[in-house]
Amino acid sequence: MGPILSLKNIVKIYPNGVVANKGINIDIEENTIHAIVGENGAGKSTLMKIIFGEETAEDGEIFYQGEQVHFRNSLEAIDRGIGMIHQHLMLAPELTVAENMILGTEPIKFGIFLHSKKILEMTEKACKEFGFEVPLNKRVKDLPVGTRQRIEILKVLIRNAKLIILDEPTAVLTPQETEVLFKSLRDLQKRGKTIIFISHKLKEVKQIADRVTIIRDGKDIVTENAKNLNEHQIAELMVGREINFQRIPLPVNIGAPFLKVQNLTYINEENITKINNISFEVRKGEIVGIAGVEGNGQTELVEILTGLRQATSGHAYVNNEDITHLTPRQIREKMVAHIPEDRMQNGVAEHASIQENIIVDRYYKHPFSKGIILDWKYIENYTADLIKDFNILAQSGKTPVSALSGGNIQKVVVARELSFKPELIIADQPTRGIDVGSEEMVHDLLKDARDKGIAVFLISADLDEVLKISSRILVMYDGEIVAEFKNTEDITQEKLGPYMLGVKNQNKASVEES
Amino acid sequence: MNPIIKSILAPKFIFATLRVMTPILYPAIGVAVSALAGSVNIALEGIMLVSAFTGVIISAYTGSLWFALIAGVLAGVGMGAVLGYFHLNLKADIIIAAIALNMFASGITIFLLYILTHDKGTSSSIKSLVFPSYQIPLLKDIPVLGPMLSGHNILTYLLFVAIIAFYYIIYKTPLGLRIRAVGQNPEAAASVGIDVKKIRMYSLLLSGFFGSFGGLYLSMGYVSWFSRDMTAGRGFIAIAAASLGGNLPLGTFLGAALFGLVNAFSNFIAPLKIPSEFMQSIPYLTTVIVLAIYSINKSNKEKAALKEGAK
Repeated sequence: MGPILSLKNIVKIYPNGVVANKGINIDIEENTIHAIVGENGAGKSTLMKIIFGEETAEDGEIFYQGEQVHFRNSLEAIDRGIGMIHQHLMLAPELTVAENMILGTEPIKFGIFLHSKKILEMTEKACKEFGFEVPLNKRVKDLPVGTRQRIEILKVLIRNAKLIILDEPTAVLTPQETEVLFKSLRDLQKRGKTIIFISHKLKEVKQIADRVTIIRDGKDIVTENAKNLNEHQIAELMVGREINFQRIPLPVNIGAPFLKVQNLTYINEENITKINNISFEVRKGEIVGIAGVEGNGQTELVEILTGLRQATSGHAYVNNEDITHLTPRQIREKMVAHIPEDRMQNGVAEHASIQENIIVDRYYKHPFSKGIILDWKYIENYTADLIKDFNILAQSGKTPVSALSGGNIQKVVVARELSFKPELIIADQPTRGIDVGSEEMVHDLLKDARDKGIAVFLISADLDEVLKISSRILVMYDGEIVAEFKNTEDITQEKLGPYMLGVKNQNKASVEES
Repeated sequence: MNPIIKSILAPKFIFATLRVMTPILYPAIGVAVSALAGSVNIALEGIMLVSAFTGVIISAYTGSLWFALIAGVLAGVGMGAVLGYFHLNLKADIIIAAIALNMFASGITIFLLYILTHDKGTSSSIKSLVFPSYQIPLLKDIPVLGPMLSGHNILTYLLFVAIIAFYYIIYKTPLGLRIRAVGQNPEAAASVGIDVKKIRMYSLLLSGFFGSFGGLYLSMGYVSWFSRDMTAGRGFIAIAAASLGGNLPLGTFLGAALFGLVNAFSNFIAPLKIPSEFMQSIPYLTTVIVLAIYSINKSNKEKAALKEGAK
């Protein structure tokens, strides 16, 4: 079977001079699942937009089903049987599932009215044909994100797509939802569809893809059968250098307790106990990692420790001072840094520039301001140094954060949080949604901070991350700390699993290995 | 029984409510249809003024009610088109453009009124036609219901046709589906090939269409002349009515009915020795109070939803 899609020497230069694609060649074989992997900003999304007609290439040729094509817009691509599922789902929340599916291709009766019977027939038929179960008459806003994504796929299928592009589809899904998605994708493959799958999660690529193309810095580095490459090889080809997946060595010098939490309880507005009488401490020079399925009180705990939420009872101490009822600024002034869970929501002001985001916590201090006037000259130099030190890919400190890729936005947050010389770092999902290269850099920075005697409190849904960098691991389940482990080689995901799921509990068992 | 209470309980109170809500519900539908497409039209005040003026002038000069109707509606739709052109083609902020349009409408109608009648206040020197009122056979003889529902102006009857038409357009036609989709997620609509600009333009034209009936009713039904700024804020109360009703057909109807009711109420208790300035402020005061309650309610709901999401 010949390739369904051939990209020959695709070059894309944006008007601002950024060369996103520097001559990419890929053949996509019919009826395969083809993963395209690369770091944030490597040019994957641009390439997909070119295939889908949303962007036009400066140079190169695209052959689709054996003939050369020049799509001027996505409608022409859709007409030829190419469908794309965007990272940000393209659904109207108040419309029903069926309405969303037929939007733009509505069947009509009497010239002007919607043919509601036909709409139901069309959508039901599509669901049955492809084995998708979605509640057709429910509104999209009432459905979980995994279901919404299935609606997107159905939308593409109802338009008879043969080649389906998914742009980082798993970024918004839980592991369970990801399983369901992968099952659907394999089903679609059996029905003769070709799937292009964009990702930077290597595990998933190994799990789902038949073939893999690795893109680095706008060029295709290699295209290979997925089974011929292992995760480490893919990661290193992506980044272009060796990557350390080993656990970092345990700290040698652990100091005095710096963060102390005593009998902390939080009951929310609906009278649900989210945090149930927990106590623990984080010492100088160690990284304490919280492992746990999301939604077991981690978010609330971090918000209480950073002053964003008020505890119901109990206390938290930083350096022996009670911080339970302090404001976020007062807590920061005790040298507590906070890398928030959701960088777009709490980490940055997206339309402000990098330098404005960097000084947002310190603008009122000397030397950033002199009296009531900001010293922009100083701020510019200061930011330029941080951009260099933290390897942020940006033209200058004046670049708005919204123009950066996810990994670089996270670096801006990390740069701000680490540059005010904290003594405690609260890192909540510090590497979520960023590529392996940036991830490794964040891990190294946290390790360096630890070795300088800084206390680090890590909260992560990524068990690999917790195991890689933590000195000590606490497992949180249903608002309680149910287990504590010193991180040694024999602590594995399998060992932590039962505690995270609430099957085991060290507090309740009389004898426990630890 | 207290005569005031008695008069409020009388059928003619409902009759008055329907009469008063007519020039509120038409523009409220206009606001709602534009809001559903995501470009809220706050120029209904101006649209109504221009339609009211055009209707009176054309009826006086041609002697034809039909010409007046057609001209009045075209004027309203034209205002919608101008707003759409500024907002969609020239990329002006729709709020600013609508404010400009409202001020323009007030000025141009007074200016033309002076040129045509040498009067800057009212058009009483020329003879405007009015839309007729009808008694409905059979219905008019039913006690209680008859005096409530019969004897209204034709445009008040058409109000029910308009709200049903609004419902059908929004829920039963591809245009309505696209209007809603564009309002909720323009990118999603564009991604399936819908021309977002075109759909918003249609919604603004519809907005002008519905609004123009409110204007025509004011000058050629409610009274029989045009007077300067005669809309007296009804175009703005309409925004409140529509947003109270979530911009949906039944809700918009109930929102306008509420304001009609309050208005009628303030007229009916006029015999009491309450300063008339206070009485006249009641409808506006209600607007403020209702909107405050509404937004407190809404923000509470949003907070609850946030909590829901945080779980």
